[in-house]
Amino acid sequence: MTLKLRELSMLDDGFNPGHGLCAGCSESVIVRQVLTALENPPVVALATGCLEVSSTRFPDTAWKVPLIHSAFENAATSASGVEAAFKALVRKGRMADRPITFVVFGGDGATYDIGFQWLSGALERGHKFMYVCLNNEGYMNTGIQRSGATMLGAWTTTTPAGSVTPGKPQWRKDMTGIIAAHGIPYVAQAAVHHWKDLMTKVRKAEAADGPAFINVLAPCDRGWRYEPEDTMAISRLAVETALWPLYEVENGKYKLNGPRHKSLPIVDYLESQGRFRHLLRNGDPAVVEEIQGIVDLEWNRLREKCGLEPELSKNEAEAVTSAD
Amino acid sequence: MTQPGAESWVDVPTGGTVVNPGSTERNLTGSWRTKRPVIDFDACSHCMICWVMCPDSCFATAKGTLVSVDLDHCKGCGICASECPRKCIEMVAEGRD
Repeated sequence: MTLKLRELSMLDDGFNPGHGLCAGCSESVIVRQVLTALENPPVVALATGCLEVSSTRFPDTAWKVPLIHSAFENAATSASGVEAAFKALVRKGRMADRPITFVVFGGDGATYDIGFQWLSGALERGHKFMYVCLNNEGYMNTGIQRSGATMLGAWTTTTPAGSVTPGKPQWRKDMTGIIAAHGIPYVAQAAVHHWKDLMTKVRKAEAADGPAFINVLAPCDRGWRYEPEDTMAISRLAVETALWPLYEVENGKYKLNGPRHKSLPIVDYLESQGRFRHLLRNGDPAVVEEIQGIVDLEWNRLREKCGLEPELSKNEAEAVTSAD
Repeated sequence: MTQPGAESWVDVPTGGTVVNPGSTERNLTGSWRTKRPVIDFDACSHCMICWVMCPDSCFATAKGTLVSVDLDHCKGCGICASECPRKCIEMVAEGRD
């Protein structure tokens, strides 16, 4: 299972240009990487979101693979129906049995909030399909509203930053952990800048014996307020600050795939985006510290699951050395 | 090829089906661009990082080498220039040579 870019570049990525996604959008990059990495012909179900409204403007489509447009909530259900129908037709001898990969693309709104119950049901029924969450931490398609994936302290149009609230007051859901709790064969967290890691995970998800889920961080230059060329840099920062660790859960076994150590403080990530500017400009260190605290806590919990020692934060490490 | 909306209503497929895969290619999103990527092919090692990181599939390849940039569809985001390991892609403002 080697992945070489030069060889991959000779394949058709299945997704044409001319779609209406913003300049610098990471979603089409993820879609191209996923479709290129697949070894079997795919059937795609697409939940409502940025990707759907931009790539399938009637009468056009950017997709060169069979696609079902679902509503916001039921993309996982559509895929499970297609998978069940395919199995039934094969059983009745009306279709040739061949390997097909059923893929679902949904945004964080469709995954974390609106389609959660439907996704959970499809996973529980054990349909063999792969769910890719394009996590841009908000409802960017309708104008940057908060979602269950939006981070604490982030500005959105429904959690404006001002004298009353410092952006979103709640932390985000640990969706990858929630899906892992379903006990499905393959769950992973990936980031768009690390193409090799993402494509390897796609191949593992495709080969899994049952449902698979990949949660991909998809930086959004409009909603996160940064320059379009920084998309990959922001994604890299999220991984290096341990805000978005790269890991996989294969048959219940946790494994870290990304950096094993947290190399940067969360302030570096917050500084890079306009949606957190108010936290630093108005001098709200309490919120920044709260975010760092949660990141440290989640990082150590994850390290524990992966069988690694907890990593001390800078303050804690200094306290230990001064005590010595 | 006909422009979107130019078809008569009798030609529009029923049931919301879309029968022309990949047809967004006729939307020339290159008009969105304010900066265009210019590749220094002498320095390029054909690593294909730009190809895999491009949101608009704009890097034309042949037999594992980089050939050209599709300026009809490039939106000028500049991800290729900032991610190129050899820094051989430069973003040049449109309207200047």
